[in-house]
Amino acid sequence: MDTKFAFGKTNEVNSLMEKRRRNGLVWHLVFILSTSLAILFLILLLFSILDSVFGYTALRDTVSPTVLVPGKDHVKEFTREELERVVTEKLSSGILRRIESEKSISEHSDKELVSLIEQYIVKPKVLKTWGFTDSLFHASEVEAFVAGEEDSYALFRSWIHPSFFVGDQSSDPLHAGIRTALLGSLWIMLITFMFAFPIGVGAAIYLQEYAVDNRLNRVLQLNIFNLSAVPSIIYGLLGLAVFVRSMESVTSGSLFTSLTDNTANGRTILSGGLTLALLVLPIIIINTQEALKAVPDSLRMSSYGIGATKWQTIWYQVLPVSVDRILTGTILALSRALGETAPLVVIGASTFISVDPSGIFSKFTTLPIQIYQWSARPQGAYRNIAAAAIVSLLILLLVMNSAAIYTRDKISKKKRLES
Amino acid sequence: MITALPHPFGRKVRPHERIIETILFLFALLSIFITVGIGVILVKESYLFFKDPAVDFWGFVTGKEWQPMIERFGFLPLLNATFTTSIIAMVLGIPLGLFVAIYLAEYASDKARGILKPVLEVLAGIPTIVYGYFALTFMTPLLRSLFGEDMVEIYNTASAGLVIGILVLPMIATMAEDAIAAVPKELRLAAYALGGTKIETTFKVVIPAALSGLSATFLLALSRAIGETMIVALAAGAGPNLTSNPFKAAETITGYIVRISGGDVSYNSVDYNSIFALGLVLFLITLTLNLISRTISNRFHQEYD
Repeated sequence: MDTKFAFGKTNEVNSLMEKRRRNGLVWHLVFILSTSLAILFLILLLFSILDSVFGYTALRDTVSPTVLVPGKDHVKEFTREELERVVTEKLSSGILRRIESEKSISEHSDKELVSLIEQYIVKPKVLKTWGFTDSLFHASEVEAFVAGEEDSYALFRSWIHPSFFVGDQSSDPLHAGIRTALLGSLWIMLITFMFAFPIGVGAAIYLQEYAVDNRLNRVLQLNIFNLSAVPSIIYGLLGLAVFVRSMESVTSGSLFTSLTDNTANGRTILSGGLTLALLVLPIIIINTQEALKAVPDSLRMSSYGIGATKWQTIWYQVLPVSVDRILTGTILALSRALGETAPLVVIGASTFISVDPSGIFSKFTTLPIQIYQWSARPQGAYRNIAAAAIVSLLILLLVMNSAAIYTRDKISKKKRLES
Repeated sequence: MITALPHPFGRKVRPHERIIETILFLFALLSIFITVGIGVILVKESYLFFKDPAVDFWGFVTGKEWQPMIERFGFLPLLNATFTTSIIAMVLGIPLGLFVAIYLAEYASDKARGILKPVLEVLAGIPTIVYGYFALTFMTPLLRSLFGEDMVEIYNTASAGLVIGILVLPMIATMAEDAIAAVPKELRLAAYALGGTKIETTFKVVIPAALSGLSATFLLALSRAIGETMIVALAAGAGPNLTSNPFKAAETITGYIVRISGGDVSYNSVDYNSIFALGLVLFLITLTLNLISRTISNRFHQEYD
């Protein structure tokens, strides 16, 4: 049968339909493939980090334990007497004095003495490191390398370990820790929150509840959207010129007290926190506005209806029902601040500090800056501790975001129960 | 006759409400001061930069060499590297982001969307320094093993560009999905009624209808890619280099600013002023892109309201 359609013969129509169907199928596959690729990127990203956190490390001792106590290959096998003898005899007098000023050698536990000996006397040096997958599947490579290098041995090592979180900064990747960077990050977040939260929420209340639709307010709104898209490094330049340079007497604290660290030159926690406060301010404003927009107008109207004034309506009706969303938005903005690197590098955050930040006028370094410093070094072991620091940063972000979701759920549950 | 009311029913005076409103207004006004502050500082320091005898404006705009040590201040190498990384990022990010958005808006089941949206949020929430580490330890070795170690330098703009593409992907996907989802259902139904298949409806009706929202998204993503700093600082290389080869090291505007300010640079030196002049260039480019993007998306919202 050969029926004629307006578009052609049956078989032509059928083949055209088939073609169109196939076309749709191909594109459907392309979409699925693209989406899988996006997921793959996330997996690769996390994998490449975790892969560097665990793995074999080839080490060589500067002084072998057998030289210290004949017949013993590991410091851990030393007896108490041997430990104390080695510490008092072999440690340089300067380090010994510093340690004894805290507490005498006999008061140290065995474990502390072992780590002292390993850090200052045995001093293992990293020759090469392998990632987790290489350690699993190419273990023979590790063996061959160790066999080829004199006096070297391989250890399976997790670069993230308890003392990594509490350790000092150190030029030795085996003993470096992130305590100062972690404290710096927390201080910066505190300052950022203290300035950006009240101002951001206040500005959002004005724009959403008070502002009438006139030219000035439209400019304000457009300006906030623009600010949220300004590259973060520009905020760094602003902070450098305003907080570090022009307001140095304020940000270095010399205006208020003479008991400050004069070497900071205004490159203090206060400057860093203020710079990031400017950076997250537009984000907090936009998020808070979204939260206020979600409050139904009927609530405002009924409040006016029983004679409440504008501010009474905002304070007693609008804010209580939107506080959960405002807090969630703020925490998200703060996690942006936690991960920011460029502005803080530009305002001149320190890369190496030996003392913990003690207040807002201290020099500081933060976790992302520490990651940047370690990643930029060519030696392999620094890549491993950079990966370990990234894992710490991601865990911190995860905790913050979970806290945001938890508070949101808890508050909205409570609200449901009350109503 | 109306006599005085027994109770003052007039408005109860609450003078502090005016004060509160004024304070809130000042908070909102602060955002204007931030913009003005950025403008004033960038222009002021740039003025000092161009006033320096070693610098002339024409040489800055057309110069092919950026060597502050020997007083060559041509910003083309830095601009070129910035555009190289951004274009590579867009070539990867725009199609992928758009396809993910189409999948999310038109094809995905609620369950699939429930999994994909959090994945995109996680990708978007990861700090850029982590992406920089990824570029350095994963993307660069990958490119080197694919194209040969002689072809691809340890630091190169291709690796940085590709990873910036991955960075902007979740942003493009989320915003493009919003734009696509905002297209009224009636348009789709009309296309189906005319016998269009799903893919024909998507490409010939939905995407054109969402085009203004999509272009606003792409412009914003481009602005983000141009301003991206830590990925290029780690992976693209240190040292200005005018090259069209993406496998060679070249420093971008942002990379240069970070490298110079990270060292100890003294105030009022040409180096110090130069980072502000480059900051001004960066600010103007991104501001223009953001404003165009904003104008387009405002017009778009009026279309279907």
